Amino acid sequence: MVDSARLSLHVPEPAVRPGGQPDFSNVKIAKAGAVPRPEVDVASEDIRELAYSIIRVLNRDGEAVGPWAGSLSDDELLIGLRNMMKLRAFDARMLMAQRQGKTSFYMQHLGEEAVSCAFRKALVKGDMNFPTYRQAGLLISDDYPMVEMMNQIYSNESDPLRGRQLPIMYSSKEHGFFTISGNLATQYVQAVGWAMASAIKNDSRIAAAWIGDGSTAESDFHSALVFASTYKAPVILNIVNNQWAISTFQGIARGGSGTFAARGLGFGIPALRVDGNDYLAVHAVARWAAERARRNLGPTLIEYVTYRVGAHSTSDDPSAYRPKTESEAWPLGDPVLRLMKHLIVKGAWSEERHVQAEAEIADEVIEAQRQAEAHGTLHAGGRPSVRDIFEGVYAEMPPHIRRQRQKAGY
Amino acid sequence: MARMTMIEAVRSAMDVSMARDDDVVVFGEDVGYFGGVFRSTQGLQAKYGRTRCFDTPISESGIVGTAIGMAAYGLKPCVEIQFADYMYPAYDQLTQEAARIRYRSNGDFTCPIVVRMPTGGGIFGGQTHSQSPEALFTHVCGLKVIVPSNPYDAKGLLIAAIEDPDPVMFLEPKRLYNGPFDGHHERPVTPWSKHDLGEVPDGHYTIPIGKAEVRRTGSAVTVVAYGTMVHVALAAAEDAGIDAEVIDLRSLLPLDLDTIVKSVTKTGRCVVVHEATLTSGFGAEVAALVQEHCFYHLEAPVVRVAGWDTPYPHAQEWDYFPGPGRVGRALAEVMEA
Repeated sequence: MVDSARLSLHVPEPAVRPGGQPDFSNVKIAKAGAVPRPEVDVASEDIRELAYSIIRVLNRDGEAVGPWAGSLSDDELLIGLRNMMKLRAFDARMLMAQRQGKTSFYMQHLGEEAVSCAFRKALVKGDMNFPTYRQAGLLISDDYPMVEMMNQIYSNESDPLRGRQLPIMYSSKEHGFFTISGNLATQYVQAVGWAMASAIKNDSRIAAAWIGDGSTAESDFHSALVFASTYKAPVILNIVNNQWAISTFQGIARGGSGTFAARGLGFGIPALRVDGNDYLAVHAVARWAAERARRNLGPTLIEYVTYRVGAHSTSDDPSAYRPKTESEAWPLGDPVLRLMKHLIVKGAWSEERHVQAEAEIADEVIEAQRQAEAHGTLHAGGRPSVRDIFEGVYAEMPPHIRRQRQKAGY
Repeated sequence: MARMTMIEAVRSAMDVSMARDDDVVVFGEDVGYFGGVFRSTQGLQAKYGRTRCFDTPISESGIVGTAIGMAAYGLKPCVEIQFADYMYPAYDQLTQEAARIRYRSNGDFTCPIVVRMPTGGGIFGGQTHSQSPEALFTHVCGLKVIVPSNPYDAKGLLIAAIEDPDPVMFLEPKRLYNGPFDGHHERPVTPWSKHDLGEVPDGHYTIPIGKAEVRRTGSAVTVVAYGTMVHVALAAAEDAGIDAEVIDLRSLLPLDLDTIVKSVTKTGRCVVVHEATLTSGFGAEVAALVQEHCFYHLEAPVVRVAGWDTPYPHAQEWDYFPGPGRVGRALAEVMEA
């Protein structure tokens, strides 16, 4: 018998709960421009510190500084700003539409717009994303029509998915956006398979896998890393750490590993952490990883450090598990305001033009909504046919489904 | 035409498919250099190279998950799960992903994968190398499920599966890999080299998915079986001297209901035989369909013969495995009713 104290279980808790003072003193933030930019053919063991630091480009004065700056022109940045604003305005309208009973469910991106909007601009046509439910910016930034997105959200007669999918679970092969699954982490390993296929065929296209901080606990996350590492697949393994997996703080999934990015190190995968609210930093890091993949140098793992300002979904109430003012205390700021400030500092933008752009975008979104609603909403107007239930389970309808369709009267 | 074992026929199917179509890739645990623990992929890596036939990490979910991604890209992956008992970590990928990708994307993306797995008992594999999980797949809309009973069918069905635009589960009864086992475990195995269905064309041919085959015609009772149990059913009919019609389903999903209904309408009696456990097994589906479609022709209740509702035991394997004795007693029961 060992003479020691009785064991006790360690259950991690966030620093603060509702009613407390928000506290992010534990988030260690490198100075903008302070983290080096290695060559893309660097060995993962030579850049271990990049898995623990945070790559940032925009400083507090709105200037782009350091070795990761300069990957985008002013025009490209203005497009990026517009895309983020569009995503935010789209979210606001659709959130309201859900509250009005026009659809069953919605998930907004508030505070995380830079991650998907900037990332998309590092890919080229033909590349494939395997997104989660909070990367609609990949579509917006690729000019996928908002009307189509709304038709999907409303499950109306023009829904490209014929009313079969939950709202926001888009699919567009043409825009490099793989059909979203509600089951978490399953698609992380599928992205690796897609990338392996591209390599098998000596193609030049690459894949991007997406996951949230909570879902990194799923076994498919680890399967994906081992396959990506083993076959040096041309894939970018993205982890969006927005601090919350519904009500569970990121420390539960992370355990004692230090950072989510550090998980890549055990697999020999170069791993970087980036300020997810810094459009320039996200783009620069994504481009670095894309170049690695395209040069057949293998996978890169990127952790985007950001904050989910809104609720997890329209079915969630964050005030029940975190301080109401926590998002305001988030030290990395607001991605839209930060990029706006940068462009103003550069003389490429102004407060007035920003207000004007907001109004234009609002009009654009309202017009798209009007067009979409002309085709119906979930409970009113045009809807997909009941016949669509039975179509497309298989390439060719087998007899038993045909019998059931006939029984249903179609 | 050569005579082949079922292993050789399965290998030949992949060989023919890989030669015809550069998009066909084969991978799984030990399938590359070594050629698989049952040798069903032997020689494919040497012939087609390491990027078309390769070993994977021991991660069933990873194998199926990457196959799904490859299929989305445009390849036709044919992967091996080393034993059907090990497919459970991949079950999420198969049922939530592979099965639904076409439907949920309205055809924007598809999933033409084949997942091969040695299934069933009879080789003293114990509880973790003997399972027959087919009913877990037939309950999933979007999958196709095939269980061949002989080398000729195995090759033709596997080629059809590889060419199929949808995900196909291909369950290979491992007890049949080397011979047409008839359930009499105490007797020597007759090799496929002495069996008509061991004659397998060298080149390309397909057998349509969703079509059953009548292996023995008869008028007194219909025995519905698949995989190893086809041979057990044939032996039982011979031993009992009963004029039984034996249907080999070959494909469980989609199911050839017409052939079953036609036969039971003629015989008025039905016994369903499978090796998987009884409760909620595929036999329940067949029995329900027969009741629904043949009720007024039935002379006796449909009887099921199946594995017991216990894990597969090691030492008592031959008491677990439904043999000709148990099937014969079921035949007698329905004939007396």
